[in-house]
Amino acid sequence: MKEKAEQRTNWVLTVVLILGTLTVFFPLYMAIIIAFKQPSEMTNDIAGALSFPAHWSFENFREAMVVTDFWHSLGNSLLITLSTIVLSIVIHSIAGYVIGRAMANKKSFRFMYLYIVSGMFVPFSILMMPLVKQTAQMGLGNRLGVILLYTVFYMPMNVLLYSGYLKNIPLAMEEAANIDGANTWTTYWRVIFPMMAPMHATVAILTALGTWNDVMTPLVIMSGTGQNTLPLAQLNFQTQFGTNFNLAFASYILALIPILIFYIICQKQILNGVANGAVK
Amino acid sequence: MKKKMNNQEKTFLAIVIPVLLLFFAFNTLPMLKGVIYSFTNYRGYGSYEGVGLRNYMDLFTDARVGKSYLFTFKYALCGTVLVNVISLVMALGLNARIRFKSALRGIYFVPNILGGLVIGYIFSFIFTYILPAVGNSLNIGFLQNSILASEKYAWIGVLVVGVWQAVAMNTIIYISGLQTVPDEVYEASMLDGASKWKEFWQVTFPLVMPFVTINLVLSTKNFLMVFDQIMSLTKGGPAMSTESISYLIYRNGMDGGQFGFQSANAVIFFLVIVAISIFQMTVMNRKEEQL
Repeated sequence: MKEKAEQRTNWVLTVVLILGTLTVFFPLYMAIIIAFKQPSEMTNDIAGALSFPAHWSFENFREAMVVTDFWHSLGNSLLITLSTIVLSIVIHSIAGYVIGRAMANKKSFRFMYLYIVSGMFVPFSILMMPLVKQTAQMGLGNRLGVILLYTVFYMPMNVLLYSGYLKNIPLAMEEAANIDGANTWTTYWRVIFPMMAPMHATVAILTALGTWNDVMTPLVIMSGTGQNTLPLAQLNFQTQFGTNFNLAFASYILALIPILIFYIICQKQILNGVANGAVK
Repeated sequence: MKKKMNNQEKTFLAIVIPVLLLFFAFNTLPMLKGVIYSFTNYRGYGSYEGVGLRNYMDLFTDARVGKSYLFTFKYALCGTVLVNVISLVMALGLNARIRFKSALRGIYFVPNILGGLVIGYIFSFIFTYILPAVGNSLNIGFLQNSILASEKYAWIGVLVVGVWQAVAMNTIIYISGLQTVPDEVYEASMLDGASKWKEFWQVTFPLVMPFVTINLVLSTKNFLMVFDQIMSLTKGGPAMSTESISYLIYRNGMDGGQFGFQSANAVIFFLVIVAISIFQMTVMNRKEEQL
């Protein structure tokens, strides 16, 4: 009897948890409703913000796209995030491989590992001001500079992840390839790189979530170039929205939609990726 | 050198040296520059000279810096405790025998993928218009005005948003922790007739202890470095009551002509973060061993 009770669905808890999702949905619901309304519908009571609009019109979204130069900002965000992901997977995986394999019997590589991984504790605040000067002097106060900086900032975490994952790949794999006459470089790209595919997914997801939403780096590095990322556009156009909340919220929704679509498509991989990354 | 370097070692060095140089150029070098600037009166432009330890001395007497440390610590402490308690409870719920398990897990993770800045703007509207309307109709005194405009309560608004986003992340980590606990352990404790409460504290909790360590370190670090939410919710106000250390360094270091002084602040902030992380990890490791 007891066994059976244990197997049964806990409906009370299920209902409580379903009601709890209101904490997630409420702010999003409100944002969507306001984005569809006209300023004249925004009365000062709760209904003004939460009741359905008189007409469902995409006018606010159209205007917000123009005001914030939406497609351009979206393009920049995509360019920066995708480039960072590609560079991270290529550079961090091979660095993780070399350091991970060599540190087993070489002190110098063990030291390199600690040197890079300890970079995880360095807050952006301490790098920020010197980096602004440095990137400006090097002509990197632009999108390329931001991509380069992200590649460096995510190196500690990703090298840690890759070299940790390497422990699952037996040395015999490389030895077999070496006997066949392949050199280290080819062995890596033909044998090891494909085998690290699950970790590539984790790295891509963690790097993407971090860079897509980041405000501080593009804010200080790209200021003055006239270029925006999606979050940066929201910040820079705050004054233009003025008290037109409907326009502002249409713009916020537009800024949230790309990552929400990405999440809905890759939800399973993202949840696994985040859990994997943290556990390692 | 006993042996001539073989081919593999050459390839390894050829790969790792450029990577190390890149890391040095954009991580270690700016950090060292920051340390050097911290001993100068550099304003961010023009000429400057060394001032020895004066910036560091001034840090300890500067009221604004003191206030920002107080706020940041209060925020990080409350945030870390709240997030970890809520996440653990959420994880237990989402790991129980419930329906729609994966859909619910998916929904509760949404706050984490959304950017802190935009979320801050959305919540700012809730705090400024929705909550006061609720406060007025229910006659709740402290809600009748925007809490973001109150020197006393604004930090709670920032805290709510920070916790709302961080719970999502930590819940996922706790769920993966709970999944490492084998079913047999629960069966054994059931046979022993242990109550659910006792089972949690004596069986489950010790087994997920490593995940508690990860979550404590991660969330403390993230809360200490809070920036986006401040930027969109309060801009440090009112009366600098919600000015975080990161925000102050950005504000006064970049625009306020305090490049040198805020560099000193950043150096101390860095040391504080390292010290807290190491402290948490050693204490928690000792706890893990005892169990």
